Amino acid sequence: MTTLAPLYPTHQPRKLKVATVSLAGCFGCHMSFLDIDERILELIEHVEFDRSPLTDIKHVGHCDIGLIEGGLCNSENVEVLRDFRKHCKTLVAVGACAINGGLPAQRNHLDLGEILQDVYGSRTGMSAGSAIPNDPELPLPLNKVHPIHEVVHVDYFLPGCPPPADAFWRFLTDLMAGRTPHLGHGLMHYD
Amino acid sequence: MSFDLETAAAPAGLRRVAIDPVSRVEGHGKVTILLDAQNRVQQVRLHIVEFRGFEKFIEGRPYWEVPVMVQRLCGICPVSHHLAAAKAMDRVLGAHPVTPTAEKLRRLMHYGQVMQSHALHFFHLSSPDLLFGFDSDVNLRNIVGVIRAHPDIAKKGVMLRKFGQEVIRVTAGKRVHGTGAVPGGMNKHLSIADRDLLLRDADQMVEWAGDAVTIAKQLHAQNPALYDSFGSFRSNMLSLVRADGAMDLYDGVIRARDASGKIFLDGASDQSYLDLMEEEVRPWTYMKFPHLKSLGRDVGWYRVGPLARVQNCDFIPSPLAEAERREFIAWGRGEPVHATLAYHWARMIEVLHSMEVIRDLLADPELLDGDLMTTGERTGTGVGIIEAPRGTLIHDYRVGDDDLVTMCNLIVSTTHNNQAMNEAVRSVARQFLDGRELTEGLLNHIEIAIRAYDPCLSCATHALGRMPLDVVLQGPDGTLVDHVLRSPEGELVRNLAAPVGLPA
Ligand code: SF4
Repeated sequence: MTTLAPLYPTHQPRKLKVATVSLAGCFGCHMSFLDIDERILELIEHVEFDRSPLTDIKHVGHCDIGLIEGGLCNSENVEVLRDFRKHCKTLVAVGACAINGGLPAQRNHLDLGEILQDVYGSRTGMSAGSAIPNDPELPLPLNKVHPIHEVVHVDYFLPGCPPPADAFWRFLTDLMAGRTPHLGHGLMHYD
Repeated sequence: MSFDLETAAAPAGLRRVAIDPVSRVEGHGKVTILLDAQNRVQQVRLHIVEFRGFEKFIEGRPYWEVPVMVQRLCGICPVSHHLAAAKAMDRVLGAHPVTPTAEKLRRLMHYGQVMQSHALHFFHLSSPDLLFGFDSDVNLRNIVGVIRAHPDIAKKGVMLRKFGQEVIRVTAGKRVHGTGAVPGGMNKHLSIADRDLLLRDADQMVEWAGDAVTIAKQLHAQNPALYDSFGSFRSNMLSLVRADGAMDLYDGVIRARDASGKIFLDGASDQSYLDLMEEEVRPWTYMKFPHLKSLGRDVGWYRVGPLARVQNCDFIPSPLAEAERREFIAWGRGEPVHATLAYHWARMIEVLHSMEVIRDLLADPELLDGDLMTTGERTGTGVGIIEAPRGTLIHDYRVGDDDLVTMCNLIVSTTHNNQAMNEAVRSVARQFLDGRELTEGLLNHIEIAIRAYDPCLSCATHALGRMPLDVVLQGPDGTLVDHVLRSPEGELVRNLAAPVGLPA
């Protein structure tokens, strides 16, 4: 039996390019993403990873989706975030840290100078003569930890600390199918 | 004295090469290399570039919040911080030891954690280097590449990690950042339904964990010249062991061996860590450098984690893993194994051990029933030490009569390995990079050495630094959000009137 060649070339959908990064986060959001478990085998049929802690691509290229974990605690975070905004059509704030600073923002009510003094000046168990790191290779800390929407436009917010794996799955499958992502009851939570 | 290749004698005029960010590790780090005109390596440093200040803002919080808060130090090993803090708070409350049921539930959670973290590290992060080659195509070197080329191996890795995460979920309520342990005990039993769910797959997981050990072992056997020498150097090794010398990842006494394998510190109480070790700060990284006080900074540093634990203990108290330990020890032919890549092999032995422990615990009826909480006479101070996936993790607290934390000191696993990781990358730089034109593949060799330690750079970033500071934050519409300057006197000032641009 001969198979008929299709009249028109079949449409091969292009894979979505996804980049991910952890700014001032704990990687828990990335872990929750990986908690889609064996569904990752299906995901990679539709998605290609660009810069991410899971790949060795060090600079973000042009992408469909950028997932941002973590808020902004130093100048480097700000540069990386702006670079992601520039390169990603859709930018997503993932988790409490990206959305409102999260736990690292607990330091916002403290004076940065005082924290420095405490950590390096009067701590138990430190060698005599220890001084505060001051090398130009180290990025500048910000006075406060900021959520990312204060610096760039954000298209979607995925709440939770971390958002559940099913929320990642629903969000990405909705986008892949061309639907407006809709988490709905149960996937929208804040702990 | 300074360490070889840590600081170039004459940095002016040297060429700088940076690996930024170090990828396929957890957290934020970079490596800088300084080369002279002949491409001879003059300086190599692993910098930890983030700070978060956890130790400081935990002060002033109620003690019962702490085991939940500190999980946010690290999303890969949250349970380690959760349990180290809970153990310290047990002491603070005088609720020590906790009930047998509570301890067993915590152990179950912890061994589930070790297993999922080790599986993630080996399969999702490191296996591309080991399976495809150190300078293989950069676009292949990730978990997606492994799924395509070796679907069998990748799938077992994904399922092992899933099982570990499920163990955490049934004991802590959530896979990431749950709430199982509380100061003085645990907040719930294991349900029969959850136990049965896990028991169903337990034998399969033990078998796959055994397969993982076989993969790691074969890598060494196939290329001993590379695997034994890559990033290798001699060092002391430190870990907790059970009082009888058995491997124990949840609790024990501090033991250390020197580079020849001789035990020189043993049976030390975890409460006495400050008598044993101190931390040094170097200006070029936020991560501190701990060492044993008795030996001093130059020779008192040590390695922690799987390589140290598998060789520090006298035996592993589960049969399959113990048989593998013996094979590992035999590989050293009477000498301790110092090879950096042997971390992977040791780590897989621990996956097998953890899985055996989990299977035994699941069969124990005490997890389903029995007292969960202990009370006692409050002492106000406590140290909690645990063997986290990456090594010895120390939490130390003081709590006031008003229940608020007044002091918090953390030494996380990766910090203990700070000197060791720097030694490893310098060893690789000497062996592979020196005098050569640097390529992406050669630079990946440096990262492979770092990855072997499975560093958790997020955990290690609780300290803060001071540098010339001038940072401007603008909103999407160009409005000034924040502008911070450091005055010449070192004071931090907000200046919302005179913005200057951030470096583009
Ligand atoms: S939102 Fe929670 S899980 Fe995500 S990075 Fe922040 S602390 Fe970690």
